[in-house]
Amino acid sequence: MSKKVGKKLLEINDLLIEADIEGEWKPIINSLSMTLERGEIIGLIGESGAGKSTFGLTALGYTKPGCRIVSGSIKLDGVELVGKSDAELRKIRGNRVAYVAQSAAASFNPAHTLAEQFTESPVQHGKMKMSEARKRSVEMFRLLDMPDPENIGERYPHQVSGGQLQRAMTAMALGSDPDIIIFDEPTTALDVTTQIEVLGAIKEAVKARNVAAIYISHDLAVVAQMADRMMVLRYGDLIEEGNAREMLANPKQEYTQKLLNVRSQRVGRTGLDEEDIQLNVENITARYPGTNIDVLTNVNVNVVKGKTVAVVGESGSGKSTLARVITGLLPPSQGSVKFHGRELTPALKTRPKKDLQSIQMIYQMADVAMNPRQKIKDIIGRPLEFYLGITGKQHDDRVLDLLRKIELPEDYAERYPLQLSGGEKQRVCIARALAAEPELIICDEVTSALDQLVAEGILDLLLNLQKELDVSYLFITHDLATVKAIADEIVVMYQGGVVEQGAKADILAPPYAPYTELLLSSVPEMDPDWLDNLVEKRQRGELPTSESLGQS
Amino acid sequence: MTYLSAIWDDLNLSARIGLGIVLFFTTCGIFAPWLAPYSESQIVGDVWEPLFGEFFFGTDQIGRDLLSRLIFGARNTMALAIVSTAVSFTAGAVLGFIAATMSGRVDQVLSRIVDVCISIPTLIASLIVLSAVGTATQTLILVIGIIYALPVFRIARAVAMDIEVMDYVEAARLRGEGLWWLMRKEILPNALTPLAAEFGVRFCFVFLLIASLSFLGLGLQPPLADWGAMVRGNADGIAWGFLHPIMPAACIALLTIGINLLIDRWVHKASGLRDDQ
Repeated sequence: MSKKVGKKLLEINDLLIEADIEGEWKPIINSLSMTLERGEIIGLIGESGAGKSTFGLTALGYTKPGCRIVSGSIKLDGVELVGKSDAELRKIRGNRVAYVAQSAAASFNPAHTLAEQFTESPVQHGKMKMSEARKRSVEMFRLLDMPDPENIGERYPHQVSGGQLQRAMTAMALGSDPDIIIFDEPTTALDVTTQIEVLGAIKEAVKARNVAAIYISHDLAVVAQMADRMMVLRYGDLIEEGNAREMLANPKQEYTQKLLNVRSQRVGRTGLDEEDIQLNVENITARYPGTNIDVLTNVNVNVVKGKTVAVVGESGSGKSTLARVITGLLPPSQGSVKFHGRELTPALKTRPKKDLQSIQMIYQMADVAMNPRQKIKDIIGRPLEFYLGITGKQHDDRVLDLLRKIELPEDYAERYPLQLSGGEKQRVCIARALAAEPELIICDEVTSALDQLVAEGILDLLLNLQKELDVSYLFITHDLATVKAIADEIVVMYQGGVVEQGAKADILAPPYAPYTELLLSSVPEMDPDWLDNLVEKRQRGELPTSESLGQS
Repeated sequence: MTYLSAIWDDLNLSARIGLGIVLFFTTCGIFAPWLAPYSESQIVGDVWEPLFGEFFFGTDQIGRDLLSRLIFGARNTMALAIVSTAVSFTAGAVLGFIAATMSGRVDQVLSRIVDVCISIPTLIASLIVLSAVGTATQTLILVIGIIYALPVFRIARAVAMDIEVMDYVEAARLRGEGLWWLMRKEILPNALTPLAAEFGVRFCFVFLLIASLSFLGLGLQPPLADWGAMVRGNADGIAWGFLHPIMPAACIALLTIGINLLIDRWVHKASGLRDDQ
């Protein structure tokens, strides 16, 4: 394979893709074009439903089931892919064009070691012998900065961490020396601190091998670190295309500006009235039944009436367990939860209805938090009937009232959850919590599963409701942008303990606790040089890294 | 009427055939005394008179009209099978849901009891019980119901455990809802589809069990017509090349197929698959 310079590697012209939506073929990609040169990285950005994955995957000559290419051409190195047979396309896939999926955990076969899966594709394509492929795997694992590259291939997927698995997948993609790699949200499922490491490794490896890449993500700040050029998509249309730096500095379209602006910071309210402490978590230590590891150790958290306390931490830091302890789902082994100074019984079963009513919960995955067989009016209406004993006409009026509060049309009352979009579902969950007329709402990653702009809407709604109803929030999240947007106070958690609690302005300003600093410095910024600068600073020891924290 | 036609439009060809079969047998069962040319116990002719002669389906091994007995059999066998399956599903599902929602000790005790009981072969268990307590129809229903409640318990428990870990069940728990609400409003509607599929299969097994019991003289007592017993009674005819035992066997097979065609459609619809999938 000769690598000619200057010629366009990938040329997609006027591609029209239709999808079968309830029996009707509707266009989901409207005549989009794209060119890619060797060694170039192009970023595809958009919210869910923008068609960015569908469009990106066409470089493999692939469309998802239920989709079809109607017209247009996809030329890889001058060879047309549209209309090729599956057998011919198979020679290209994984060989000349490789794919890195969002969930590495779901893409690896749990029954084989990493090295076995690495060698499978190059050996099958007849590119390498087994021994060569093995050697190659070590080389690639080293390129991606994986620990112990000689032996890590002998491990099974469940024996390495999520970040390492994502790197192994990139290593695999690079293994057969492809011309193009498609990255489909490769770091979206990772913690911020892990994301940085993976991003850094990917960027370096891609540069070192001089492959072209299509980087698909909803996160503009992440794409900004990777891409030379960016395309912003929405509903299958191109909104804006251009040089990454230029677009960030000077977005032309309103939609791009909106995407850029969602990370703006809001000013937190200060001057908390210490006397009005509503929830008081004291010295909580907890473990799950049947285990002997404390998930929480000596946790203290206070929530002041009418304010928002954000609990922030990575996965495994114990923040969701804290919610389970407060709600009584997991009785703690030590410590107590006090509500207005009165101790709540540790177990849910023994709590009086009044206590249950005053603390409500909103979940991350709105689709599984609502019974799919109940109508919206029943979902919202149940707490009214259960806690407040409201029935009949008054009940129906209250349901409509709540729908208005969450800014949904009244006829949604008759719908089922499946007929709602992700953001609308989360709104209904909010209404269900409000129906109980609670004093405190625990929000467990309520915006993590949503698109940026939709999440923004939910946060706005929560803030408005707080102003109106004086309800307090315990807001659990891993996303610092959300914390900045909504919190009055911040609790930083790490490995089951509280690192610090304080007013937002104090936590987010120097001097930082080391872990807080790591967390804050890991949040991608809208600056194309941010990643490079950060990696450099960390190497010089000016900023903490996960390793340096682990040693201390 | 528009409601019925909407349902009809929603059925595909196989489901319509299934519906036709089920309606046909149900009609036979309900209007048996008026439809059947003779009574089920009356001896009207010679042994094994030929098909399509004086008697449409001929006569059975002691000279009763086979057509009449098939029609009455539809009534007796279907009623018995439906009631016993309903008993087994009610008992099995309620206990299975209780085991899944209460978990812990309750689940352990119930599950181990079921494990022990299920290890006894169905036929032997029913034989022992029926020979001890007699073969009145109510006893028959109860015994069959309990025996088939065991596998239903396991399925209901497994299905409910999958549902039980959903956030909406946790949300209901946090609200302080009681066990009955959780089972009835949160779990049951979501467990209905797999349970319905199971119902179609179990229903047919009940037929076969009743047939085996009749063979051993412990099922529906003669002269009550029962399809299973009729297969057994006429079985000797096979040796002579008579088609008589095929008739009740064909009825069992046809009804089984009909019910399953209908339920397949329902399961397909409920699973949210499109027609071309």
